[in-house]
Amino acid sequence: MELIYSLAVGIFCACGVWLLLRPRTFQVILGLALLSYATNLFIFAMGRLTLDRPPLIDPNVVPDASMFDDPIPQALVLTAIVIGFATTALFLVMLIASRGFTGTDHVDGVEKDE
Amino acid sequence: MTLYLVLLLPFVGALGAGLLRATARNVEAWLAGVVALSCAGILATYYPDMAAGRVVQVAVDWLPQYGLTFGLRLDGYAWMFAMLVTVIGALVVVYARYYMSPADPVPRFFSFLLAFMGSMLGVVLSGNLIQLVMFWELTSFTSFVLIAYWYHRTDARAGARMALTVTAAGGMCLLAGVLMMGHIAGSYDLDRVLAAADTIRAHALYPWLLTLVLLGAFTKSAQFPFHFWLPRAMAAPTPVSSYLHSATMVKAGVFLLARLWPILSGTDLWFAIVCSAGLASLLVGAYAATFQRDMKGVLAYSTISHLGLITLLLGMNSTLALVAAVFHMLNHATFKASLFMAAGIVDHETGTRDLKRLGGLYHAMPITATLAMVAAAAMAGVPLLNGFLSKEMFFAETIFAGEALWLRILLPATAILAGMFSVAYSARFIRQVFFGTAPGELPRTPHEPTRWMLLPSATLVLLCLLVGMLPGRTIGPVLDLATRAILNGERMPVYSLKVWHGLNMPLLMSAAAFIGGLAIHAWLTRLGHPEGVLTPLFRRFDGKRAFSILQVRLTRGATRLVNGISSTRLQTQLALIVVAVIAAASVATLGQLKVDLMTELAQIDPAFALLWVVGAACAIGAALQAKFHRLAALIMVGCAGLVTSLTFAWFSAPDLALTQVSVEVVTTVLLLLGLRWMPKRLAMELRNRDTMRARVRRVRDATLAIVAGLGMAMLAYVVLTQPAGPGIRDFIVKNALPGGGGHNIVNVILVDFRGFDTFGEITVLGIVALTIYKLLRRFRPAPEVMTSSAQKRDPARELPDPRDPVPKGVMLVPAIIGRLLLPMAGVVSVFFLLRGHNAPGGGFVGGLVMATGFIAQYLVNGTLWVESRLRIHPQYWIAGGLLCAAGAGCLAWFASLPFMSAIVWEPKLPLLGKLHLSSVLVFDLGVYLLVVGTTTLMLIALAHQSLRSHRRPAEAEEMTSVRMVR
Repeated sequence: MELIYSLAVGIFCACGVWLLLRPRTFQVILGLALLSYATNLFIFAMGRLTLDRPPLIDPNVVPDASMFDDPIPQALVLTAIVIGFATTALFLVMLIASRGFTGTDHVDGVEKDE
Repeated sequence: MTLYLVLLLPFVGALGAGLLRATARNVEAWLAGVVALSCAGILATYYPDMAAGRVVQVAVDWLPQYGLTFGLRLDGYAWMFAMLVTVIGALVVVYARYYMSPADPVPRFFSFLLAFMGSMLGVVLSGNLIQLVMFWELTSFTSFVLIAYWYHRTDARAGARMALTVTAAGGMCLLAGVLMMGHIAGSYDLDRVLAAADTIRAHALYPWLLTLVLLGAFTKSAQFPFHFWLPRAMAAPTPVSSYLHSATMVKAGVFLLARLWPILSGTDLWFAIVCSAGLASLLVGAYAATFQRDMKGVLAYSTISHLGLITLLLGMNSTLALVAAVFHMLNHATFKASLFMAAGIVDHETGTRDLKRLGGLYHAMPITATLAMVAAAAMAGVPLLNGFLSKEMFFAETIFAGEALWLRILLPATAILAGMFSVAYSARFIRQVFFGTAPGELPRTPHEPTRWMLLPSATLVLLCLLVGMLPGRTIGPVLDLATRAILNGERMPVYSLKVWHGLNMPLLMSAAAFIGGLAIHAWLTRLGHPEGVLTPLFRRFDGKRAFSILQVRLTRGATRLVNGISSTRLQTQLALIVVAVIAAASVATLGQLKVDLMTELAQIDPAFALLWVVGAACAIGAALQAKFHRLAALIMVGCAGLVTSLTFAWFSAPDLALTQVSVEVVTTVLLLLGLRWMPKRLAMELRNRDTMRARVRRVRDATLAIVAGLGMAMLAYVVLTQPAGPGIRDFIVKNALPGGGGHNIVNVILVDFRGFDTFGEITVLGIVALTIYKLLRRFRPAPEVMTSSAQKRDPARELPDPRDPVPKGVMLVPAIIGRLLLPMAGVVSVFFLLRGHNAPGGGFVGGLVMATGFIAQYLVNGTLWVESRLRIHPQYWIAGGLLCAAGAGCLAWFASLPFMSAIVWEPKLPLLGKLHLSSVLVFDLGVYLLVVGTTTLMLIALAHQSLRSHRRPAEAEEMTSVRMVR
């Protein structure tokens, strides 16, 4: 389990970094999306992986930390997902605006002659 | 407490003057005058205290945790200086009222002037050293704005900048020095520091703190080699030069030296540094003044020279010299301020200050000429004037200052030489302006100025005469109480303030200076006052040049450094970041990795493995296709998001899975809307895709990506195979139900344990949405997307008509389904919201579901159709959400609990039974509203862009026709 999970995080991260280093804005946005999946998965995994133990308390049983998956990384990742959406939207608008102002979708706003 | 008024009034006045209309001309002058005179009046009432040798102190706590008070301390010396500041301030105000042109924004001038007066009084009256440095920097700043008063002039701006750089840098040094002093003394309180004088002088840090304090004082008082800023500060209006740059601000340096005299003086180091700086300034200033063309230039260099004289006296480690120094501070202020006023009058009435163009003004303005002559005579040290007295004392001190033979010769010799130059430039100043004939036409016909302009100058000249003739009766008591206050209980020296001491050495030196000075003057006049003949000697030591060179070098060096270590290109920057992160992470990870492959393989769940085969394939596919097949790449990224969401569900995180899925939906819609605005890109368009450089870069990036991915995988694996630490989860799990009242621990964390954090986060969300909205309002689409696409021009594909009850054509079925979807989405979202505290769901998920319902309407029905029936007003949702969340937080105050504490109310109602109501539900409702508002605002703003580009061609045509009509 842990091996696959780690490889999954690694693959997302690699694809994200690759796209992040591309010259076109849309590639960078997708790269950031992939990178944020990798990061969220990574942070989530800081509570270790547990099966079938969602952090929902049964009122008839006295709760104990070992009965649940660690809820703290979950809470952190939940807000991270939503903020990630907001930043993606902001980047998208920046992309569109920059394209409108400079006439190119290159990340530096100028097309390089090579 | 009235003492505070002295400090407060100028600042209040400055504020008041600043608020006046720019055309008000008399009000602000009256205001400034009244403020200055009231301060002087209040100070005058303290004279009996001062005469009795008392020290008046008031203090309030400022930063008690650092033992700092905001205190005022009025002793004889401070009193003398404060009187100087306020009285000359009042005179300058009268003078400036008639000097300033009505075309200038005069209220601003008086506002700055009053602010300066307040700052200077702050320096003088400060009871602790930190406070003193604060006001010290304020005087630098007010001096900066006053020099740059005519900010449209380049020389004013440059001069102001230079003055600020030099004096503020000095202020920094002073602060460091003062901090050291306070550290040694154990307090910043002036009295306690004075009491610790011996400890400070004996401390190992003494050389350092002395150097730093002296740097502060020398830069402020324009001492060599920091003197160069003062002549450039002459670009200020003349009242400013007269007030700040001769009488008061430049005296702050020597004021401080005298104030700290009992603490710092008495050592050989003090003698060496202070005397050499003073001596150099005395000589350089006097010499350079002789060769200036500008009247104010002569006076500026002369000021440097006289300040050098004071510094030299202070450096001599003798109490008698201290008396002379204080005496000369007063004398210099009176005659130099009045000379500046005279220079201003000449400038005002003739239109020029150039000594080469002026001449023979005695006939046109005899009163001005007489006043200037008396003041200049005081400056040269003519008997029966105040300058003579302090100069005699100075000459007398030079003879006895040094113990070594070379010093006993060098000091008097330099003093005589400087005295000669002083006579020479004073003589030239008067002769060239008021006698002889002007070489050509003057810009204006000169005549005597209004009486009010002469009054301040005349008052000061009268003081020069009175002090010069009756020193014991006039200035004697003040000098005595000031010096007594500085010495702080030490034995006062015996001195006599008489005009005639008999035929002695100082008188002979004076005579020598006079004869020599007149000889130099006669000789230079015969040469026609050549410029640049002797001054080149000094060009090599020109501080201004060094300053400019330093400035240019610093700027260039900084630019080179920035260019060297960074790049303006985003790709390079990002690559550097990635490399740095990899390097940092590898330090933590390497050597920790142990993989037991066999047990790992045995544990693998084939379904999970298959899931991630799909996930990995999607990610890699997206990475490869993002350039030329954006839609495909977008779909694949969405797929990767779904896999992520499933993974969350797999590993016991239902809340995360729900949120991820709903975010995935809105993100995809968002990016789909964005796709329309990207340029077309086809694979064959790019010829240079396979150049060497491009290939090298791709290999580099691929390597980086793989290394980063591998590293991340390793890091994750290392962490996952180690047992988790205790953390705070025990606490949270135990308290979630009893403390937070919810069964869903994640939700309890979000709305209760970390409610404040969530509150900040939704605020950020709102800000981002509004930013996007605002950015798109100003948006200018790229030219080729202005025209409609081929699909849109297809006549079979019409836009839905807003008047139709249901859209016609292919969109009929989706429209019906979508319309049924909205109420259901509403119900589901509220369901998620309400149950969130006890089961997976919550405000975030609910809000996203609701927003999706809205967006679906836009997608299937078209913007126009939807908006003709339904206005969502997302801004209100955002505002309502924030208010709701903040209100829920504030509810706790009514129960006297801290902000964001949960309030629980469990009423028992008939029929419904026991209910559990909590303020966190209100909070979660706020989150819900805000998320709906944010998401719809962003997406609708983007969707509206398409409408705009429809309208654009028509609007553009209209615009062109309008322009053509014009």
